[in-house]
Amino acid sequence: MQAKKRYLISLLTGAFLVLLFYFGGGVPGPAATGSRSRHGYSRPEQPWPHFSDPLQHFSPWDQSDTEEYNVHISPRQKRDVNSSVYKGKRCRMQSCFDFSLCQRNGFKVYVYPQQKGEKISESYQNILSTIEGSRFYTSDPGQACLFVLSLDTLDRDQLSPQYVHNLKTKVQSLPLWNNGRNHLIFNLYSGTWPDYTEDLGFDIGQAMLAKASISTENFRPNFDVSIPLFSKDHPRTGGDRGYLKYNTIPPFRKYMLVFKGKRYLTGIGSDTRNALYHVHNAEDVVLLTTCKHGKDWQKHKDARCDKDNAEYEKYDYREMLHNSTFCLVPRGRRLGSFRFLEALQAACVPVMLSNGWELPFSEVIDWNTAAVIGDERLLLQIPSTVRSIHQDKILALRQQTQFLWEAYFSSVEKIVLTTLEIIQDRVLQQTSRSNLMWNSHPGGLFTLPHYSSYLGDFPFFYAELGIKPNPKFTAVIHAVTPLVSQSQPILKLLVSVARSQYCAQIIVLWNCDKPLPAKHRWPATSVPIIVIEGENKVMSSRFQPYDSIISDAVLSLDEDTVLSTTEVDFAFTVWQSFPERIVGYPARSHFWDNNKERWGYTSKWTNDYSMVLTGAAIYHRYYHFLYSHFLPSSLKSMVDQLANCEDILMNFLVSAVTKLPPIKVTQKKQYKETMMGQSSRASRWADPDHFAQRQTCMNKFASWFGGMPLVHSQMRLDPVLFKDQVSILRKKYREIERL
Amino acid sequence: MCASVKYGSRGPALIPRMKTKYRIYYITLFSVVLLGLIATGIYYITLFSVVLLGLIATGMFQFWPHSIESSAEWSLDRRSVHDAPLVRIPMSSPIPERGDLSCRMHTCFDVYRCGYNPKNKIKVYIYPLQRFVDEVGVPISSTGLSREYNDLLSAISDSDFYTDDVSRACLFIPSIDVLNQNSLRIRETAQALAMLPRWDKGMNHLLFNMLPGGPPDYNTALDVPRDRALLAGGGFSTWTYRQGYDVSIPVYSPLSVEVDLPERQPGPRRYFILSSQTAIHREYRVELERLKEENGEALLLLDKCSNLSQGLASVRKRCYKGQVYDYPQILQESSFCVVLRGARLGQATLSDVLQAGCVPVIMADSYILPFSEVLDWKRASVVIPEEKLPEMYTILKSIPHRQVEEMQRQKWTSVNSPLFLPLIPPRSPGFTAVVLTYDRIESLFRVITEISKVPSLAKLLVVWNNQNKSPPEESLWPKVAVPLKVLRTKENKLSNRFFPFDEIETEAVLAIDDDIIMLTSDELQFGYEVWREFPDRLVGYPGRLHLWDHEMGKWKYESEWTNEVSMVLTGAAFYHKYFNYLYTYKMPGDIKNWVDAHMNCEDIAMNFLVANITGKAPIKVTPRKKFKCPECTAIDGLSLDQTHMVERSECINKFASVFATMPLKVVEHRADPVLYKDDFPEKLKSFPNIGSL
Repeated sequence: MQAKKRYLISLLTGAFLVLLFYFGGGVPGPAATGSRSRHGYSRPEQPWPHFSDPLQHFSPWDQSDTEEYNVHISPRQKRDVNSSVYKGKRCRMQSCFDFSLCQRNGFKVYVYPQQKGEKISESYQNILSTIEGSRFYTSDPGQACLFVLSLDTLDRDQLSPQYVHNLKTKVQSLPLWNNGRNHLIFNLYSGTWPDYTEDLGFDIGQAMLAKASISTENFRPNFDVSIPLFSKDHPRTGGDRGYLKYNTIPPFRKYMLVFKGKRYLTGIGSDTRNALYHVHNAEDVVLLTTCKHGKDWQKHKDARCDKDNAEYEKYDYREMLHNSTFCLVPRGRRLGSFRFLEALQAACVPVMLSNGWELPFSEVIDWNTAAVIGDERLLLQIPSTVRSIHQDKILALRQQTQFLWEAYFSSVEKIVLTTLEIIQDRVLQQTSRSNLMWNSHPGGLFTLPHYSSYLGDFPFFYAELGIKPNPKFTAVIHAVTPLVSQSQPILKLLVSVARSQYCAQIIVLWNCDKPLPAKHRWPATSVPIIVIEGENKVMSSRFQPYDSIISDAVLSLDEDTVLSTTEVDFAFTVWQSFPERIVGYPARSHFWDNNKERWGYTSKWTNDYSMVLTGAAIYHRYYHFLYSHFLPSSLKSMVDQLANCEDILMNFLVSAVTKLPPIKVTQKKQYKETMMGQSSRASRWADPDHFAQRQTCMNKFASWFGGMPLVHSQMRLDPVLFKDQVSILRKKYREIERL
Repeated sequence: MCASVKYGSRGPALIPRMKTKYRIYYITLFSVVLLGLIATGIYYITLFSVVLLGLIATGMFQFWPHSIESSAEWSLDRRSVHDAPLVRIPMSSPIPERGDLSCRMHTCFDVYRCGYNPKNKIKVYIYPLQRFVDEVGVPISSTGLSREYNDLLSAISDSDFYTDDVSRACLFIPSIDVLNQNSLRIRETAQALAMLPRWDKGMNHLLFNMLPGGPPDYNTALDVPRDRALLAGGGFSTWTYRQGYDVSIPVYSPLSVEVDLPERQPGPRRYFILSSQTAIHREYRVELERLKEENGEALLLLDKCSNLSQGLASVRKRCYKGQVYDYPQILQESSFCVVLRGARLGQATLSDVLQAGCVPVIMADSYILPFSEVLDWKRASVVIPEEKLPEMYTILKSIPHRQVEEMQRQKWTSVNSPLFLPLIPPRSPGFTAVVLTYDRIESLFRVITEISKVPSLAKLLVVWNNQNKSPPEESLWPKVAVPLKVLRTKENKLSNRFFPFDEIETEAVLAIDDDIIMLTSDELQFGYEVWREFPDRLVGYPGRLHLWDHEMGKWKYESEWTNEVSMVLTGAAFYHKYFNYLYTYKMPGDIKNWVDAHMNCEDIAMNFLVANITGKAPIKVTPRKKFKCPECTAIDGLSLDQTHMVERSECINKFASVFATMPLKVVEHRADPVLYKDDFPEKLKSFPNIGSL
């Protein structure tokens, strides 16, 4: 083991020195030896000699491309030829997909209406309802860019009870089939014993496949999508979080490598599992197989079966899964197996032993950062290989399994949406996601490329890019009462916000039924005040991604919020350290109500919080875009109808993205609580239904998100010298302490 | 000869003028690949071939002139290609099969030759040079060994991968030059390949080809029948590229070596779009001209100069309506540079454009971009379907300026925190307190007694740094409910406190000095809760600041009552055990020795280390207290005097120079309990006892 490590290091240094030599031209020591050895006297080996002849260039200087060709063949023709020649197994987007269908209405997906008498498996039903509930869905085939069958194609194993017969005729008779053009076919199982071919048993024409266990040979790059094999119990939405709770150091667990599964004694895919016992050591490498599967296993059993079966019974699979650093994922009859997702969720780094399997979502996911890709032929070397993996790498691999699991795999919805987003990226081309967006937190599903293709426009990549967010904010004040007096809170608010050194501009969102007040009614400020009349005057309009928001940060305000310039300044400096979170003043909390078996909402003073009110909060403008484009219209219209809960929804959204709590900062006064007595007539906070509604909202939102995304925090951020026993003159944010 | 003299004169002088941008571009490529390779310890052969290629590409594309040195010593070894043995290919000699499109690593590659074995590295064998001729003596190639292929093979033979032992080799590289298909006789070249002694259906053989195909249809992969050989090709299309088997490489441009371009900062350029290719099809040139008409000066549309004679000089000039421009210098004057397919998909222009720091606009449908499996091309280029050429201007105009600058930069520095997953660990494992002590027994026992009241304390470790004195007998120690262990050190070093002891079984470590008796149990418990929310940061009590001293022109340490914080003292701080490991094994330069020699600044070093790797500021918790002597660690009697402050400032300057940057981040906030100082009954607060002395 030690030797291996050393060897690896020497390989690294060796490679690096060579590299340095070519890069830097002169590294003393080994590189110098290298340069001498080139001349053939210090190394015993006879390397490539250095020829002194004046050699020719491989290509003449002025003929990098042949001009004759360019005169004769029309590239337009060439494109047409390509798209007519490459069909079937050689389908690519250029040759088998009609981009023009996506140009008018964008990336819309149509699902065929379900036909009477057609059985649909639960898994396929989940896939269809995910699409129907997504923002891609259209019920009008004339608007669609992509078509999805309502015929269940998931299980194409003829021996399976789920197998749908006569699919060939059924598909051919579909009026919109068009030889499968722009169709997407989902499949989990294909072929059957003994050869398990990847044929679906009907002509898919030019349709794309979203298929599990697809082999590299059959996989049509940038056309098909490899999806993971998931069980019928896989949750439709939300899904369990990854099991990783701690990043312990050193990162090794009780077992180094484990596997527990069936062994096929003969036939396709049996070799690898049959050989596992060679590597099993009953200590830290525990690879268990059982012959007990199928009705007549006794008939086929070999000499080892009884011993293996006994060993198999000794260990608990879940215990092994949770206590192993690496999990072996050998192929079964088919290339993919359930072990893959199980290992991923358990933060047990998958060690793939499935030659030729095109890994799930390989088009966008860099699996080298989350799995070890082995070769079935080198099974015997696997233990020494995983032992030689450095602990830093293990730590990184392990965390990446959790990121990928939660971003793309934990529910049927995520698997389906990832599939659709991958295809959408191909359709959008220029505005598609980069590798970094797909492979780092929060992942492709939360990083919408039509917002921007520039990483720096998102709140997530500042550290990666080595840049900081724009040092200004845009205040958006939600105005709902007419402007009648010069002493109204909104005017005071405008003045104190405008006085902040970080304020770029103020947008007054006029959501009041009364007409816009005359320009001169607004106070004179050093920053521009832009008044926007709200569309339909609904609550959600306060989170519209207005083009006039030019800064990265948005300070969202209710019209009756009382804030001092100092408070705003301080909150903004805090936000600059946490640009992906909501930074706000008054906080609220959620809890699980055991009696009512539902989520509860509390506005009481508590020692922790999980939401900050968006009546006074700073967050990244990207969240306006996400709120408007990521959330379903059902939730947004609920908010609009109630004219309530918009802040809760925003907190749900941001925590679902970040997996972290918002941040509460100091406030001078008891905001809202003290306000409510005075201007109660206008305040929606005075409404007794208001509170009950918020409770209802919480549960509705939690069900859409497939779980409770909110996270509690026990801390508040104060200025460094807040209420310290030191002269107030030394304090930068002294106003916050004055009551 | 001529060439060697010419390059020799430039040789060493070239080094300082290397284009770091381009270099980093390849370093990025290279390190990505190397990381994958080393970390998993598995030889992904695919990746390996990329490594090799990266190596070769860099050696060849950039520093190729340097490798041909003109020096007296190697004249001893002077050889001529004409000395290579002549091999006659019989007419009936077998021809390999055409490349098998279904080939993948697991089907067409003999992995047993390259198996992981601690004693063996992956080894590459190069066939000795032979001159192949047909039965009547005509060579199989019009150029023979090209200068580029010779350099490429030299680069491999100079690398650690090279072996001359054919039986140990994993990869075989024929010395038959197939870089340019146009100069080859296809059938005879194929026969020559098949005659190689280890050919064996091309298994584990790697061919390099940059210009594939020929008239009239220009195939996108080398037409030479090659059995199962791997192909590193320039100009693959999606239909010929075998993913995970072949490697797409850039087409080499000699100009990249010939011409030295200054580095340009990202920013606006004189032209928005530049097209400088000479062999553009009529159809596309018409479309480009239409774009030029519509958008005027923003576009510069260059072509070959008609009045110049052929040869090198004309290659380095481009013309527009009689006006002459220097190429490739002109590439630096444009934000975007068009790289349009020609007869072939891969264009040498791409190399020129990248080197010039111009953002390539690649229009070559179905083209597999070079090294696309490891390079994030979307961050460095714009790919537009050929069909959308007329919309090119609009598409490019819609790209935000900041993104264009990011693309021009090409260099992606990134802070990759080792604890990157957003994860709030559960409270239950608690934390391990590591108390550093020398011999202040009384104070130590008080600290132990205080800490033992903290609910989440899991274990107490006392690092006994006094070699001359034994720790007190077991019976004398305070009785605590958690395990307490004394670890005696071999030397009185400050670094000992940061050793990743096996006894630390929790993620969270509380480093605490033996004189920190003023922290309440509430304050410590609260600190732990805050650490759980920021497990990748230092969470500590006394905060400190670094400042730039304009007069002295260097960094200064500040411990006054400031509104800002950039460090927390590790005399009382929570942090992840990972940073112990990092401090002990990965501290850059001689910082660890410096700290131990000066008996000071271990906390500053830790702050540097954590900030540098995470890019994040520490978190100061709870209000400032009167710490009896927070600055002193093991040295008694040394207090906040002038010399001490001077030394701490020195540390900051020293560390900043070792890190070659100032990683510390300044913030203006500290963490307090939610209800701190709020008008609310104290007994209902989770952490009432905060800040009180």
